[in-house]
Amino acid sequence: MPLSTQSQADDEQYVLVASLDNARNLSNILKAITFKDHAIFNATPNGLKVTVEDSKCLQANAFIQADIFQEFTIREDVVGFQVNLTVLLDCLNIFGGSIVPGLSTALRMCYKGYGYPLTLFLEEGGVVTVCKINTQEPEELIDFEFCSANVTNKVILLSESLREPFSELDTTSEVLEITMSPDQPYFRLSTFGNSGNAHYDYPKDSEMMELFRCTTTQTNRYKMSLLKPSTKALALSSKVSVRTDSRGFLSLQYLVRNDCGQVCFVEYYCCPDEEVE
Amino acid sequence: MYLQGMDCIVTGGNVKVLAKAIHSLSRIGDELYVEPQDDGLALRSVNSSRSAYACFLFAPLYFSRYTIPSENVFRCRMAIKSVQAVFRSLASLEKTVEKCHIVLDKKKNRLTFTLHCKHGLLKTHNLSFQDSESLQAVFDKDSCGNVFKAKSRLLVDTVMHFPSSLDEVTVSVNADRMWFRNHVDEETESKAMLTELCLASDEFDEFSVQDHSSITFCLKELRGLLVFAESTGLPISMYFDEPGSPVVLSVTDSVLEGNFVLATLSDDPSQRKSNTKRAQTPPPPPPDDDFMNDDMDSYLIAMDTSMAPGPSTAAPATTPLAEYTSKPPVAANHRTRIHSDDEQEEDETSETDGPPNKKFCSLFFGSVLPSSSLMSTQPLTNQEVLASDSEEDS
Repeated sequence: MPLSTQSQADDEQYVLVASLDNARNLSNILKAITFKDHAIFNATPNGLKVTVEDSKCLQANAFIQADIFQEFTIREDVVGFQVNLTVLLDCLNIFGGSIVPGLSTALRMCYKGYGYPLTLFLEEGGVVTVCKINTQEPEELIDFEFCSANVTNKVILLSESLREPFSELDTTSEVLEITMSPDQPYFRLSTFGNSGNAHYDYPKDSEMMELFRCTTTQTNRYKMSLLKPSTKALALSSKVSVRTDSRGFLSLQYLVRNDCGQVCFVEYYCCPDEEVE
Repeated sequence: MYLQGMDCIVTGGNVKVLAKAIHSLSRIGDELYVEPQDDGLALRSVNSSRSAYACFLFAPLYFSRYTIPSENVFRCRMAIKSVQAVFRSLASLEKTVEKCHIVLDKKKNRLTFTLHCKHGLLKTHNLSFQDSESLQAVFDKDSCGNVFKAKSRLLVDTVMHFPSSLDEVTVSVNADRMWFRNHVDEETESKAMLTELCLASDEFDEFSVQDHSSITFCLKELRGLLVFAESTGLPISMYFDEPGSPVVLSVTDSVLEGNFVLATLSDDPSQRKSNTKRAQTPPPPPPDDDFMNDDMDSYLIAMDTSMAPGPSTAAPATTPLAEYTSKPPVAANHRTRIHSDDEQEEDETSETDGPPNKKFCSLFFGSVLPSSSLMSTQPLTNQEVLASDSEEDS
């Protein structure tokens, strides 16, 4: 493969080199968080974390562990940069999006450091494309201060049970209200739209409910526009954990299996809508 | 405690059929009129120009529970999009929905649809509605001379040949054939592409022609029924007379009946045959003026919007008619007549309980398709809509 014939000398210039035999293992998971143009990449020896934020109220993170990559070399403790995510995805799909069995796009992602572009070497069927995407100084990420110790309610649901309701959510409703309670209705999604309100109730003993750990009754509202993009992550995932903390902050964690059956995670953090009493 | 309104449950595959009926009604108008009746739940819709009306009646046996108040007739209407949102994913309805509980709570002005789905998931939709007068087109398909019945596949395959943008289609019959032709105006005739399809009588389950005639109606509004009939596998019956008289298309089985009533373009009135066939509930006795002469009767559909059941009382009914006749003829667009003339008059009384015997007839003629240029050549009296449903918003 042409990509592997690059000399060792070239590699030494890069602070980060990550290779994948199938670029889809990266592009698919990035699609789950592409609701804004810019994403912040944070690489550590553990792997890659890609973050997208919206209005200082929502943060989405995609985690691709180092062992997902065929090669993952990092020469610094932390490597961070910001790129245009839409452009990156276009490059990863440069050979077209169609899935032909046996044929995949190989990726070699290289970064020389601050001020340098992100270089992508993409190969499919013997054809190599080199893309250089400009990088920017990474913006500071919000720290939602969401920690397990403050979690009041947690449920884990199989994604298939949430997919339809999520895609059906009344978008004329400005908010999505989430109620979690040890008593009825246990877990409820509510919308308040132009024609009336709608509720989706999941009983705690449903086969779709893998874990139900609710200690107090909490009802919180989140802006629909912020949470609607998470539908993509839901579509890719097999299960999702929904947690709220004492402040009403929401954490959604999605378990995504890639083409090779390996597990990656996507998480969304959202702060509650101010208007709630 | 029994709440005023309605409480019924639909189970299994019937949920999907109900959803499909609602979707097909949405092809007619923007609002869904709901009326729980003794003979079943009536869901109706009408288009803005009153040239198309559809009604689905679900018999009490359609439901696993059908409870309606013994007194207090109740009717309401709501945006049909809101109801469609309840049954959004049609494809998965069959697989996921076990039963649908519909409760109409008059006190809270809420219509609640609760879908009991697989895995214990409960979807509850609380929809707001407005009180409504009855929307009921009175038509008598049994008195129509031309009656046809065919598998829905036949009509679906026929209609497929016409572009979806085509508004009007002309259906002609003689003793043993039926033709479908796209309708073109005289002006555009030279530039238009003409499509004609001929069906032989043996392709129909029933083919009974009394008058060789040719009717033109809006195809678009029919497609909703075709989709419904095809998905439920029910045959479609078609009833019509001469041009100007409405065409009725229906689907029936033992527990449901759907009727789509579409206006047809009328010919020059002088050539029209007089038709003594009348609606089952006769329209009020005509006042002594040019307006309500026998020729007009033959292609009227009476929309009975009375609060009180029973035969119409002559006096109040003739008032709107009289008002119309006193106005000078206006240019063809009857739609503006609906809004400007009667809306204001009726609007004040629409949302409140009017006087119990208040009754007005909203009548529309066969030839009320605004897009047709033929309208402008018609004598004005043929085109008038005498009164309109009071609660029509815009």
